[in-house]
Amino acid sequence: MLAYLTKRMFHTILAIWIVITITFIFMHAIPGGPFQREKAIPATIKANIEARYKLDQPLYLQYVDYLGNVVRGDLGPSFKYRGQTVNGIIAERFPVSFQLGLLTFTIAIVVGIGAGIIASIYQGRLPDYLTMFFSTIGISVPSFILGTLLMYFLSFRWGLLPAAMWGTPKHMIMPAIALAGLPTAFIARLTRSSMLDVLNQDYMRTALAKGLPRWQIIWIHAVKNAIIPVITYAGPLLAYVLTGSFIVENIFAIPGLGKHFVTSIYNRDYTVILGLTIFYSIILIVLNMLVDLAYTLVDPRIKLIGKEE
Amino acid sequence: MKKLTVLLLVFFSAALLFSGCGTDSETGETDDTTPGEEMVLTYNVGTEPETMDPHLSTGLPEATIMLQIYEGLTRLNENSLPDLALAESVEISEDDLVYTFQLRDGLVWSNGEPLTAEDFELSWKRSLDPELAADYAYMLYYIGGAEAYNSGEGTADDVMVEALDDKTLQVTLEAPTPFFLSLCAFKTYYPLYQPAIEADAEGWHLSADTIIGNGPFKMVSWAQGKMEFVPNENYYDADAVILDRLFFTMIENESTELTMFETGEIDVTHTVPGPEIPRLQETGELYIFPEFGTYYYIFQVEKPPLDDINVRKALTLAIDREAIVTNITQGGQLPAYAFVPSGIPEVDGMDFRANGGDYFAYDPEMAQQLLAEAGYPGGEGFPTVEILYNTSEMHKLIAEAIQEMWKQNLGIENVTLTNQEWGVYLNTRDEGDFMIARAGWIGDYLDPFTFLDMWVTDGGNNNSRFSNADYDRLLTEVRMVDDEVQRMEMMHQLEDIFMEEMPICPIYYYTLPMMIKDYVKGYMKAAVSGIDFKTAYIEK
Repeated sequence: MLAYLTKRMFHTILAIWIVITITFIFMHAIPGGPFQREKAIPATIKANIEARYKLDQPLYLQYVDYLGNVVRGDLGPSFKYRGQTVNGIIAERFPVSFQLGLLTFTIAIVVGIGAGIIASIYQGRLPDYLTMFFSTIGISVPSFILGTLLMYFLSFRWGLLPAAMWGTPKHMIMPAIALAGLPTAFIARLTRSSMLDVLNQDYMRTALAKGLPRWQIIWIHAVKNAIIPVITYAGPLLAYVLTGSFIVENIFAIPGLGKHFVTSIYNRDYTVILGLTIFYSIILIVLNMLVDLAYTLVDPRIKLIGKEE
Repeated sequence: MKKLTVLLLVFFSAALLFSGCGTDSETGETDDTTPGEEMVLTYNVGTEPETMDPHLSTGLPEATIMLQIYEGLTRLNENSLPDLALAESVEISEDDLVYTFQLRDGLVWSNGEPLTAEDFELSWKRSLDPELAADYAYMLYYIGGAEAYNSGEGTADDVMVEALDDKTLQVTLEAPTPFFLSLCAFKTYYPLYQPAIEADAEGWHLSADTIIGNGPFKMVSWAQGKMEFVPNENYYDADAVILDRLFFTMIENESTELTMFETGEIDVTHTVPGPEIPRLQETGELYIFPEFGTYYYIFQVEKPPLDDINVRKALTLAIDREAIVTNITQGGQLPAYAFVPSGIPEVDGMDFRANGGDYFAYDPEMAQQLLAEAGYPGGEGFPTVEILYNTSEMHKLIAEAIQEMWKQNLGIENVTLTNQEWGVYLNTRDEGDFMIARAGWIGDYLDPFTFLDMWVTDGGNNNSRFSNADYDRLLTEVRMVDDEVQRMEMMHQLEDIFMEEMPICPIYYYTLPMMIKDYVKGYMKAAVSGIDFKTAYIEK
């Protein structure tokens, strides 16, 4: 186990270094820069700015400098939001995205798995058709349409919830549902098909023949075996929803992190682009590691080993 | 002793004002014991501020926020003209070069500390510090020695702004600058509270606790996409401030903004989604303000066939601008037949634009004739030209309409459209690697100069690569003229030369559509600045 974790750690550092390097190269390859404006600024002022942010140095020096700062945990200053640091932006905005993401994730897992199980038990009957009907809608309706519809009815027409902004639990409901739509539907379908596979196995019939109660067969024997594909999907899903969504944050005016993933590229805000890429990579890698650990808990046949033998 | 008296006076008058409103908001706490009685207004400023440091910021949303919490020597009135603000009087020397400002008695910051002429001197020099690297440092280049200091060739001591005593500020300009008093209202000229900057030079403006202003309001909180302001009881004109509380939200999505306006969660929007305008016009809450800017196409005059003046004129005359503003943009924009928009008053009281008139009209026949003179009768043999715009649905629709008009009116078949992402597009424009490019320009201060000086040969904003010796000479000369009548005459001459050469094709003058609840009164919107809530109130 220890050998396994050490190896994973090494892989993680390697992966992050590769991510930084590739992002750095691509980012500087796109034309334009952080201080290019429609209103051109005088050359001397531009020189002042570039000197201040060390953009006047050769690229390889900027790269080495940046790597050094990352090792020290400093992601640098934002070029667009002057006075703010990338660490500051993440510290301020990640908690918002985290709250919303966690709620979204919980809805997707609970409702998705629940609906999938019910659909598989009642295969070919009404609950199955209903689940499949709604999950088809969930998969095909994008979050911004779902969000706009929710806002129109729940807020504009019926006045039940505040239309947008952040701060109280009431503000979380609509964006969480809008975000959860697709993953819930996907998990429901995943659970259903995986459950159907398991339910048709011989040992299910054995359990039934042995006289075990139906709920015990389903919950202890079937679900535990059927859950593995959902766990595989849950890792990247959690990483995705925790770091915020540009579109949903935009519609509901949520001060989360998702906006910066997109606007930093428009702004050529180099440090923010890199900082967020690193941040996202770390979350993704850590969650994938947790997924691997979760496998061993669910299925004892899976073992984590440090070296292939 | 005198200061103390004034302080007390200010305090009592502020106290009187608040008791007059029947609220307890002078503590600035969110204690809603008497809800419904407070006069609260919510405005959506439309985005997170890029920075709250007035010297570093460049955008209109930031300017609008700062307008509520800061004040310069002057403040713009509804005609965009400067009224004396922190300055009680100003004395201008015979040669129009030396400005001596007397500050009002007993000026204090929002935290009660005295505000002196030295604060102005230090603040302006800070703006120019090359280490600070402020984008808008050039707004101060009118001051003697300013440009030299900012470009590293001079020192801060050479900058000719000096606090003669606590209340007297003397400024010596490089050249007569008739709009200098307007510039004094601009955010780069705001005084800043030095102790806050000394304590944390980078981050002092990131939190409501350390933002110390001197304007009609003071910021009490800034979190989760929302700012909260209460009247600044230390403001010298606190009596004029009526609102009890002011909120600024930062909703970027225009549809969400409109929904929140319609559900009553915000009272004033920062813009309106274009397609909704015809419907909203019937509500009576839609206001279309003129904006001091022009939407235009740049011709890259070094690229054939655009190097031919007749081609440029033909293309310009063949565009039906009325059709564009009524069918496409729909935001009350005005068709542009010149470059400088209206809004600038001249000495005779007339508007600069009215005096200058239109330079051309929509005239397809004339356009055809010009194109024939250029050697392309009926569009025959006209080479492929490309219109470049930054990726946006609106720019695309306009470009498509113009493509069609050139085809219909001139017989030009091969016009292609290219869109690029914003940063790439700016880069392409700078490098001159285009034929025709969409552009927009918003004036910085209320003077034709802010539209005309950009077209100097090799100027940083001169993307058309236009070059005219007479134009360059006039630009240099006009800087030295201090007779306003003669100066404006020269501005008209400049625009005459420019429009005769037609290196750009004006399309329309920008407007700013906003939704404002009918119970919101007393606000002020000047063409070159954001909406001012100093004297706003609510009357339900």
